[in-house]
Amino acid sequence: MATINLSETSRTPGWYATFITRLRRNVPFTVGLGILWLAAVVVVAIFADQIRPYDITAMDLSSRLSRPGVLKHLLGTDELGRDVLSRLLQSVRVSLIIAFGATILSAVFGTALGFAAAQFRGAVEHLVLVLADFQAALPFLIMSLAVLAFFGSSMVLLVCLMGFYGWERYARIARGLAISASSQGYAASVVQLGATPARVYFHHILPNVASMLIVSMTLTFPEIILMESGLSFLGLGVQPPETSLGNMVGFGREYLTRAPWIMLAPSVVIMLTTLSISIVGDWLRDKLDPTLS
Amino acid sequence: MIRFIAVRILRAMITIFAVVTFAFVVLRMSGDPAQVMLGPDVPQEAVDAFRRSWGLDQPLWIQYLAYIKSIFSGDFGVSMRDKASALDLVLQRVPATLQLTLPALLLKLALGIPAGVYAALHRQSFADRGVILLAVLGFTIPSFVMGLLLVLIFAVTLGVLPSGGQDTWVHGILPTVTMSIGGIGILARFSRSAMIEVMGQPYIRTASAKGLKWHDVVWNHALPNAAVPIVTIVGFMVGSLIAGAVVVESIFSWPGIGRLLIVSVSNRDLAVVQCILLNIAATMVVSNLVVDLLYGWLDPRLRSNAAH
Repeated sequence: MATINLSETSRTPGWYATFITRLRRNVPFTVGLGILWLAAVVVVAIFADQIRPYDITAMDLSSRLSRPGVLKHLLGTDELGRDVLSRLLQSVRVSLIIAFGATILSAVFGTALGFAAAQFRGAVEHLVLVLADFQAALPFLIMSLAVLAFFGSSMVLLVCLMGFYGWERYARIARGLAISASSQGYAASVVQLGATPARVYFHHILPNVASMLIVSMTLTFPEIILMESGLSFLGLGVQPPETSLGNMVGFGREYLTRAPWIMLAPSVVIMLTTLSISIVGDWLRDKLDPTLS
Repeated sequence: MIRFIAVRILRAMITIFAVVTFAFVVLRMSGDPAQVMLGPDVPQEAVDAFRRSWGLDQPLWIQYLAYIKSIFSGDFGVSMRDKASALDLVLQRVPATLQLTLPALLLKLALGIPAGVYAALHRQSFADRGVILLAVLGFTIPSFVMGLLLVLIFAVTLGVLPSGGQDTWVHGILPTVTMSIGGIGILARFSRSAMIEVMGQPYIRTASAKGLKWHDVVWNHALPNAAVPIVTIVGFMVGSLIAGAVVVESIFSWPGIGRLLIVSVSNRDLAVVQCILLNIAATMVVSNLVVDLLYGWLDPRLRSNAAH
């Protein structure tokens, strides 16, 4: 009996405390804050419909441009009496959905092109390089401006367009890594065993280059958030009545003198989010990529 | 060396060609300029006449060939809105944009590189941490937020600087500062990491071990070797001298290329938008080309590698 008691008492100070101390040792304080903020943002994005106090288009004309800090409208209201907090929560959701969709699109597209260049070489490789040169020659914002203005902005087009952002980075990484991987033993041996190129790339090479691709996703993600909010700020991204972080800043700009809170609330969210992603991303990069010091 | 330069120039020309094609295809595919210019209630004859006079009734590939031909002869088309030469319209705006972007570039170079180098030479010091913190803040704050915050502080609250317009040099202060903050952060960060890497190399240890002055080690041995990555970033900044001001010009109502682009884009003024795209791409490609050639000069190893 005594032995059982002993083992139980030695375990009870147990998992929670050790988890915390381990966490403290492995995760720096700022990184922890960043992770917390990002987790909160994701939760908000998922449950935006449930937690926002008002509908985003619900107008309360009796309390237009009311100051923040009042219980009824915690972050104040805009020029039509719409609740800034509710719109902010919805904006977080919209901006995050666009950024997620676009990051995944551009990772898939870029990686596929990079692998294609590595597999076929020759003309395909030259074509990919020319496309990358083209992307480098025309700033993304300018290209998007032209496309969005002439095709009209829609959510689908916006995500697809943003999905081209940064593809050349993935393509370059995927191509370089695939070329070096195919000269290594493991790829050659599965080819000898009769694997199709698709199997070699997706089952053997992709898992080996995944960490580098994840690292570049942490770079692309905040840039896409900034790009989307920049476009929305210029009035060419997300269109009203839908709202996004950049869109809120853009419209809040009209009321900069009388109601700065309309524009400050989304600005702070953009800043904290991109800051958190780059802090957490830097940390992740050091953890995942042993070649960087 | 000649082969190296020739390959680079060829690639630059292919890139420009790709941009011209992209501009043409996107802008022509996206809708009928006749409808936009003339409005919905215009009789069919007027639409036909408009299309004939702009060559829009020809098959797309003939329009494309004609477009390429006219660009090679220096004709960038005529603005559909006010019938002025598109190139003239664009060139008129260049000085205003450069008034912002050139001082901003100088500010980035003058503050970003020294801050990064200083931080690298005093690693883990208070100054180093400060530089890192400010650098990260500088490039995670989007320029439109930074611009509006500066307006809120200096124009609205303190009332010491104008919030928009282009009347005196004082009007240029806020846009220039807004534009340079992000770049200062990026340059500081890059210079710092480039410098840290170089300072860890054996030749630096050799140089200080043979008794060179610390000043000479840093200036003659470390800085030239750290220059390659820094030149890449600076080249990119030079390339975006014309394109980089779209958002900031829009915040501060500055009459430059960026404003012209936004206005022409919403008017669907094909010729002007194409001309701006081409100019932006040309600046970018030329500065990338110069950077590539500079690499060859800064780092002789790249000459043989890059030309294959």
